[in-house]
Amino acid sequence: MPETSTDGVPTAAIDVDLPGDAFDALLAAVSADGSSDAPAIDFEGLRATREDGATVIEVDGERFRAESERDLHEVASDHAAHVTNWHFYERVAGADTPRRAFVRWLEAAEDRSVEARYAALAEGIVREWGQLRVTTTLTDRGDRRYDVRHADDATAAVDDLDAHEKPRDAREIVTFDADGRYRPLKTAPTLRAGWVFPDLDHRDVYEVVEAIYPATVANWHRERGGRLDVDHWRETMDRQSGIYGVVQTWDRGEGHEHVNWVAEACCADSQCLKRREWQYDDETELDVDGGDGVFPCREPCSLVVSAARKWTRLEGEDEQSYEFTLTPSEKEQLEAIIDAVADGRTEAIREADLKDPANRYRARFLRAKRFDEEGNLPGVPTDDGS
Amino acid sequence: MQSLVIVAHGSHLNPDSSAPTYAHADTIRASGAFDEVRTGFWKEEPHLREVLRTVEGDEIYVVPLFISEGYFTEEVIPRELRLAGWDVSEWDSDGISADQATLVAEDIDREVHYCGPVGTHRAMSDVIVRRAESVTDDPDVGEGFGLAVVGHGTERNANSAKAIEYHADRIRERDRFDEVRTLYMDEEPEVDDLPEHFESEDVVLVPLFIADGYHTQEDIPEDVGLCEDYRDGYDVPTAVDDTRIWYAGAVGTEPLMADVILERAADAGADLDDAVATVRETTRVATGD
Ligand code: SF4
Repeated sequence: MPETSTDGVPTAAIDVDLPGDAFDALLAAVSADGSSDAPAIDFEGLRATREDGATVIEVDGERFRAESERDLHEVASDHAAHVTNWHFYERVAGADTPRRAFVRWLEAAEDRSVEARYAALAEGIVREWGQLRVTTTLTDRGDRRYDVRHADDATAAVDDLDAHEKPRDAREIVTFDADGRYRPLKTAPTLRAGWVFPDLDHRDVYEVVEAIYPATVANWHRERGGRLDVDHWRETMDRQSGIYGVVQTWDRGEGHEHVNWVAEACCADSQCLKRREWQYDDETELDVDGGDGVFPCREPCSLVVSAARKWTRLEGEDEQSYEFTLTPSEKEQLEAIIDAVADGRTEAIREADLKDPANRYRARFLRAKRFDEEGNLPGVPTDDGS
Repeated sequence: MQSLVIVAHGSHLNPDSSAPTYAHADTIRASGAFDEVRTGFWKEEPHLREVLRTVEGDEIYVVPLFISEGYFTEEVIPRELRLAGWDVSEWDSDGISADQATLVAEDIDREVHYCGPVGTHRAMSDVIVRRAESVTDDPDVGEGFGLAVVGHGTERNANSAKAIEYHADRIRERDRFDEVRTLYMDEEPEVDDLPEHFESEDVVLVPLFIADGYHTQEDIPEDVGLCEDYRDGYDVPTAVDDTRIWYAGAVGTEPLMADVILERAADAGADLDDAVATVRETTRVATGD
């Protein structure tokens, strides 16, 4: 990536050949301008107005007067960066949609002048979105092209990755993790690596991102506009019906500690890349950090609602006291096993690593020693703690 | 700009649940009938709550990929999509005749056409027949064959049986199969006793389900006796008693389902040109000559 100084002066220039469609659009725009005083074009340092039968083009404040179509073509060609930039955003990328805002964000359009941006695009502007790494580049006709891949493959050559063209291929990538397991939550940090979409246009880059992280761009866009509609825990649970209606009974007016536990269990960055914005209700913030994700989470997702249904049932049980006999190491071992499962670490524990308390042989030994024939810890029976 | 939104159940556990939704969405995209085709789910993402905000168009058709009218189409989907003023009377349906209702979706403050479920559309009868053609690999299947259309029973939803009877009646009227019967999983006549209900030696069994899952992959094959344990698999056809059963799996996986989705949108006013004809043609079973 080229260095651009903060005042937007590029260190390298890019030669853009003005394509015919951009010039035609420019011509149409200045010709269509009727009697109104408003400029025909006023976009990111490019202005075009009609003055006494001629077209006046201003580029970053510098004025050029074009008496004929030929003149206009010459001026436009000399400032192809500004003209193609206008054409791309105002004619190609479309109106004020989340998609347009996203492609602008991808090239950091709000932060840099056209010249600085074009210079940076020549080398590629990199952004990360969840586990995705998106690189925007420019063709010599001013078209944007996008390379999308897993952030872990940042330095991999395209030839070393599994290359795709069609956005629909993203569906396969997003459905299974690296171990072939189904991913029920698309924003879980379990996106597998090893693939690339090396050459997408602005529509397809959006479709790939939409397939991998659905609705994240739309919600991010709303949030940037101060219009994110957050539904907190209480509202979301109150809305449930059918088999999920039971979750309403979990809130008993006894505080929100149980929701802290849900958020810590499900929504931590280690489990989900969305930044949780929902709280207990609009007056009560949860005590757990919402995470650092780029894109927000606006209400408890269906996975959390399903889990809440299970916990509502389980948490309805009364607590009981049990008495077991364990050595200190055995107690620590139980804690370590719970940690290993909760952190998804069991697969990584080496077969013969007997030092790890969650090692399979260690767990089997504990079971052989401590469980009775029914598979229970001996002592007070499970269903009779009183 | 005309947009189609297909809404379906999805699953946290089984990727097969949403697979047909995606496949039909792809077929419709390829037909070019809509400027945009989006999918939204109850259990997957984008969720029903958020799918409409991913839609750019202003003529929006929402088609539920569900078999019957009931809890999901009447309560869950309208609530989650935030259809202002929704009431099931908008459909004015007798349980299988919902067509569409035009309502403002509060999430996007734009009107959407909320269509009836695919499963009760008359074109669904053709999909059942096409499914029979696919599983027998015979575009003319019918003579010498019985057809069993299978569903849940009325236990959870009375409309579910209505939809099944409706299509069975329509297919019977065509006189294509020697016999057409409806069977159920949790009531009489039960799918477990299939051979008792048919005289034909060959019977195609088509479950009226949107996607393959527990019911179509485990329950029905075991109940019918195609296998002892679904994990062992089974042949198509498999002989049970003296009946050769051609088990088709969920009807919703048949490519022609894309046509029913289009018809739903067309009935609600979508302008589809020749997309319906194209989809009917491209999803055909090869004639084999
Ligand atoms: S509710 Fe939690 S787990 Fe679900 S999407 Fe939001 S942040 Fe992620």
